[in-house]
Amino acid sequence: MFPFDSSKKLSFSRYISDGDLLIVYERHDNMKAVKVSESGVLQNRFGVFKHSDWIGKPFGSKVFSNKGGFVYLLAPTAELWTLVLSHRTQILYIADISFIVMYLEIVPGCLVLESGTGSGSLTTSLARAIAPSGHVYTFDFHEQRAASAREDFERTGLSNLVTVGVRDIQGVGFPDEFLGRADSVFLDLPQPWLAIPSASKMLKQDGVLCSFSPCIEQAQKSCETLRSDFTDVRTFEVLLHTYEVREGNLRSWQDNDGGSMSLKSCKKRQRSTKGLENASSLTIMARRNGESRGHTGYLTFARLKCTL
Amino acid sequence: MDSLISDMSTSKSGGISCKDQNRRITWEGCSVLLDINDGDRVLFARLTAGSKIKIGNKNCSLQPLIGCPFGSSFQVEDGKEGPVLSRVLQSTKGNSLQITEESRDNRMLVDNNSAQSLTGEDIDEMRRKGASGDEIVKALIANSATFEKKTAFSQEKYLLKKQKKYAPRVLLRRPFARSICEAYYKKHAERIGFLRVDTLSLLLSLANVSAYSDVLLVDMLDGIVTGAVAERLGGTGYVCNTYCGVTPYPINIVQMFNFNDDISPRIVHSSVAELHSYENGTSPPNDQLEDASTIRSQQNEQILSPSGQNADSMEENEDGNMEIMTDVAASTKVDKGTKAGRKAPVEAIKLWKENGFSSLIIAAPNLDPWGIVKEVLPLLSYSASFAIYHQYLQPLATCMNTLQAEKLAIGLQISEPWLREYQVLPSRTHPHMQMSATGGYILSGTRISGGDQTQTM
Repeated sequence: MFPFDSSKKLSFSRYISDGDLLIVYERHDNMKAVKVSESGVLQNRFGVFKHSDWIGKPFGSKVFSNKGGFVYLLAPTAELWTLVLSHRTQILYIADISFIVMYLEIVPGCLVLESGTGSGSLTTSLARAIAPSGHVYTFDFHEQRAASAREDFERTGLSNLVTVGVRDIQGVGFPDEFLGRADSVFLDLPQPWLAIPSASKMLKQDGVLCSFSPCIEQAQKSCETLRSDFTDVRTFEVLLHTYEVREGNLRSWQDNDGGSMSLKSCKKRQRSTKGLENASSLTIMARRNGESRGHTGYLTFARLKCTL
Repeated sequence: MDSLISDMSTSKSGGISCKDQNRRITWEGCSVLLDINDGDRVLFARLTAGSKIKIGNKNCSLQPLIGCPFGSSFQVEDGKEGPVLSRVLQSTKGNSLQITEESRDNRMLVDNNSAQSLTGEDIDEMRRKGASGDEIVKALIANSATFEKKTAFSQEKYLLKKQKKYAPRVLLRRPFARSICEAYYKKHAERIGFLRVDTLSLLLSLANVSAYSDVLLVDMLDGIVTGAVAERLGGTGYVCNTYCGVTPYPINIVQMFNFNDDISPRIVHSSVAELHSYENGTSPPNDQLEDASTIRSQQNEQILSPSGQNADSMEENEDGNMEIMTDVAASTKVDKGTKAGRKAPVEAIKLWKENGFSSLIIAAPNLDPWGIVKEVLPLLSYSASFAIYHQYLQPLATCMNTLQAEKLAIGLQISEPWLREYQVLPSRTHPHMQMSATGGYILSGTRISGGDQTQTM
């Protein structure tokens, strides 16, 4: 997924080849991860796409089906992966993910501990941030889930950056081999306060911990536990509002004969033909999307106290 | 560069860049962020034997901070030769109140300024006799007629207030994108175009900034984005700042980061004309290139030289809450070869022309986004991600509409991050009373190949 040698780098001169992982983009809310194979086909509502037609085209190309329908072929990114991965658990989304990565002060070379692995949505972004020389050790107590995550990291080419372990971190803590070595620790557990004492032993001094909990009671209990070994304990909620943009025909009051049509939207397809007739009243308007996520979880961050 | 801290170089993570991008102990000449009294005042400083800060009316040398771990705290104490900063070791026992029931309330509190029997003169007298800040705070409590009647919550608040005044604490923070952006946002948000830390983090994610990326940047926020991107690249790839005309935009904030010799040379600039000039294998007119580079080197000196105008103007501030100390610039060991913000090497420009940039970030608060996008988007690889920051929604909406109409990009989205902080304390959990109402807007998307006509049916 991320380029670790220049031949894999995204570029004009890099063409899709057999075995590449692609994100097939139909619409912003309809994407799919596909591994290219010489004999493969993709079938969707637009028709049948032959992989062999894709090979040799640059990433970012528009490709057509037997019926003339089209999709775009994109190189995978952590953000796109989050939208297409198979949900084995509730996953973290971009607003939380990007904030976590920055607030945990993760830079290339860092050693990061995570539990649980879940569906690996955050893990993918953690891996991007520690690359090329750091490592993410992620733990889940669910054996199959860990195995599926491992397969995913294999598929996305991250297995040299991520190690998945099966372990009950709440019950037994992180493995001793990480004592005092972790730059950052991320917890997404039902009872994070049980894992905090272990996390504090793993962190370097001044290292940052983050705990994600959907419920305020969990955050409250975590904060109480954090206050003994940690400082700078802060809890946040982060959300993303998205906007829809349209070019509309807002008619003036004086010209409005019927009164029933106050807002006429001008669809993209019509714009070129009849949109310009009323050029003076064409307005680009933005409004928040009607539906949005109202809550994901509370993010509690804390720094290990310096005692040396 | 200075020798590595031993525990860093033996770190088992075995990375190349772990060695000193992530140093956790200060060294002579490093840049630090000093947080005084829990964010009441923040300042950037460079740790040298001679650097000093003023806390209250006392001038303290920063010498004792050299060699201390980031994250450690200091208090002003009276030494033989005047006030000194002395390390406060943090205890690991809990310091939070454990109260389940509160029987006291404020019905007896009368605000008539007679509760405190210690006068200003008394306190000055204590100071003359060498009382420590903590002792003064204790005396204030002992002489407060109302302290015992206060609820435990307000006792805690009172203590904190007095401690800040009489025994100020200095916290030594690592200057990372997170802390630098937060410090600026808190005290001088206008200098970074009101770019909130969560917005900055989104820019980096949405633009898919990762190791080995070649990131094209239009950073008119004094280098905050440049620094944040360079931090993520960790000495791989390139951050190329582009500009219109002959003068690159200043990137003073980059100096606040402790970038090592692997990272700094990765921060380069090139005018948009130069980036376009190798099109079809033609070289740019020589004189034009020379022109630009001479002007740049003059500019460079102005930024880096200790006596330069820039360093001084950075220091000016209206409220005294955030200072950038002169010696941040002054004591930078200027090694021309490894300085951040050089001209992009010609070979790199040629490669970008051939391969395209892998990411694009635009943060130009006073320019029309579409005017920039139409110039720089063609420099991006197909399938590359871009993210455009603007404080206002409308310019991005117009830009998005045009990008859609011209079919230059897909996955177009305008997002506005929302960030709320909570006070989480036993029986006192609620959102902060004040919050930032906007972190600005981001238009993001993916560039696509325009080759619609070459369809295979």
